[in-house]
Amino acid sequence: MLGIIASIIDGVLVGLVYGLAAMGLTLIWGVMNVINLTHGAMIVAGMFAVFLLVQALGITPYAALPPVLIGGFVVGILLYWIAVHRMIGRPPLMSLLSTFAVNLVLIGVGTAIWGTALFNIDVSMPGLSIGRYTFPGVHIVAAALAAVMACLLYLFLHYTRLGKAMRAVANNREAAELVGVPTTRVLALSVGIGVALAGVSGTLIATLFPFTLLSGDAYQLKSFLVTVLGGLGNPVGALMGGMALGLLEGLVTPFVPVSWTLVIEFALFVVVLIAFPAGVFAARRGAL
Amino acid sequence: MKLLSAIIAAASIVATPAFAAEPDTITIGFTASRTGPLNVDSTGQERGYEFWRDEVNAKGGIKVGDKQYQVKFVSYDDQSVGGRVQQLYTRLINQDRAQFLFSPYSSGLVAPAAIISEQYGKVMIDSGGAEEKPFQLGNKHLFMVITSASHYLSGAVDALKSKNPHAKVALIYSDDPFSKTVLAAAREQAKAAGLDVVLDESYAPSTTDFGPIVNKVISSNAEALLGGGHYSDGATLARQLHDQKADLKWISILVAPADDKFADLGAAALGVTVPSQWELQVSYKPDFGPTTQEFAKAFQAKFKAPPDYHSASGYTSGVVLERAIEKAGSLDPAKVTAALDATDFTTFFGHIKFATDPGHHGLQSAHQMVLAQWQKQSGKLGRQVVWPSAAKSADLIYPIAAASQ
Repeated sequence: MLGIIASIIDGVLVGLVYGLAAMGLTLIWGVMNVINLTHGAMIVAGMFAVFLLVQALGITPYAALPPVLIGGFVVGILLYWIAVHRMIGRPPLMSLLSTFAVNLVLIGVGTAIWGTALFNIDVSMPGLSIGRYTFPGVHIVAAALAAVMACLLYLFLHYTRLGKAMRAVANNREAAELVGVPTTRVLALSVGIGVALAGVSGTLIATLFPFTLLSGDAYQLKSFLVTVLGGLGNPVGALMGGMALGLLEGLVTPFVPVSWTLVIEFALFVVVLIAFPAGVFAARRGAL
Repeated sequence: MKLLSAIIAAASIVATPAFAAEPDTITIGFTASRTGPLNVDSTGQERGYEFWRDEVNAKGGIKVGDKQYQVKFVSYDDQSVGGRVQQLYTRLINQDRAQFLFSPYSSGLVAPAAIISEQYGKVMIDSGGAEEKPFQLGNKHLFMVITSASHYLSGAVDALKSKNPHAKVALIYSDDPFSKTVLAAAREQAKAAGLDVVLDESYAPSTTDFGPIVNKVISSNAEALLGGGHYSDGATLARQLHDQKADLKWISILVAPADDKFADLGAAALGVTVPSQWELQVSYKPDFGPTTQEFAKAFQAKFKAPPDYHSASGYTSGVVLERAIEKAGSLDPAKVTAALDATDFTTFFGHIKFATDPGHHGLQSAHQMVLAQWQKQSGKLGRQVVWPSAAKSADLIYPIAAASQ
């Protein structure tokens, strides 16, 4: 019994981090209806950024969060001008293809530089033990940081002028423009924030598990799953979706062979798409 | 116009020889996983191939009758994807005119490649896939220089039994063909040895989070874990067993701990054992060629990294093929195959001999594995040979907790 509880708690801890990653994806969708297929690559960029910073400066991985956040934001703005800006208002397939193309370029360049070997960041942090089960310290810290980041995003979206502008654009771009919201700037900003969140979640994931340059695919897939659970375009839902996914993983694993977990997850994905097309935790449309 | 056709005619005469095969080279084709999850292990193997090629070419090439042939490689990146392999080996044979083939890395890639090599009647030396299945299908031109999968964990089972005759064992392994074959044999060996298998589960090779699995291991009250798969998953599993304080007395993981990169895991690596085709400490007396020390020194000088067993087995592929061609005195696949069938010698990698009965043709029948353990020696992490005791370079540490004292 204790094993099941431990499994669930650990699942939720890791799920929070997946939720943070998915927030980056869903924010961009919510504001401009663009699915950012560089999401996985940006998560990996966050992983490598923290790896290189830790190696070069000998800092703790958590000290790398602010630079990754700022760097991710800048990269996101660049991404907006390179791959997204001209696709706004065009069929959704266009931005899907343009971000996919950028993704391939990034992965290709990364593979040429670093190869696809496994990298590991050794973080020693005391864990919390319940009986014979241990929650590694890195899991707890990563989950807490993910929750804090999610709260900050929520506060930003609801209590700052810029955040309100973003929500206004998400709600109705023309109307927002009519009342004087600089929509282009707001769009660029949301891609910036979305990518920064992907980068930060990559940084946190890198402290949990070893990673390779190609790990992004797996986490991008998880982000989609979480996003569908939480409702596309709904950041708070994404966090809930992440926790729900972790809960499910923790709950299912003790009872079935582990290779079945993915099958169950994606079966659920299909069920949710059919039964709750707007997501289980869907808020009102445009309630970003 | 006349002038133009004259020029074209002249050019085609000059150009023709360039299309014919270069006369004094032997072309060997293979694919390597330069990207993708098998990258680390495959790189070791490819370096072994390259080291052999450069060594052979430096001494003048392979002697066939009274002619010397330089060795030329043609290779592609298979991206660690089984689906790419057949297309690339067909290309190697048809377009690049490879006369002989080396294997890709890992059983999952060797099996599809072997279908192509056999279809075209090309000799393929396999140093990367230990699964027995392709050798039970009546293939005539496929030869495995390494010990096959079902023997991988037998040393670990024996060693564990010697320390704890009734140990509770969890089998946690990747569901790829190689790992499944290894564990199928290990399951029987463990039961026959009187060990108690309390958990038996496979996971997807792409698994990144082993948290739920580790909790399951803890719940099963297992004292020992046998399993793993290839580098990425094996290293991640080892790290999470440590992070979640699974407190196992014994961990044997396939492949991953045999790479020096495993030391990156720090304390998580301590005490972990790995079945190994070859280690720097083994001291077989070679019938010819370099000793282990000479090989390791030259390899280090060339690649600025010590050789792992994949490098040693890759190199051995080259040596085995070279000897067979020289003995056959011909590049004819049938004659080289006959010479390979008669192979029986010892190099620094160990004793090499192939099974010749139709049910197991080409399977390695002489080479033996060792069990290596990550230990701290004068403050530095490194692998030591601990089993069989006749070959040991250090004492086996049991339980694992004792390794950090």
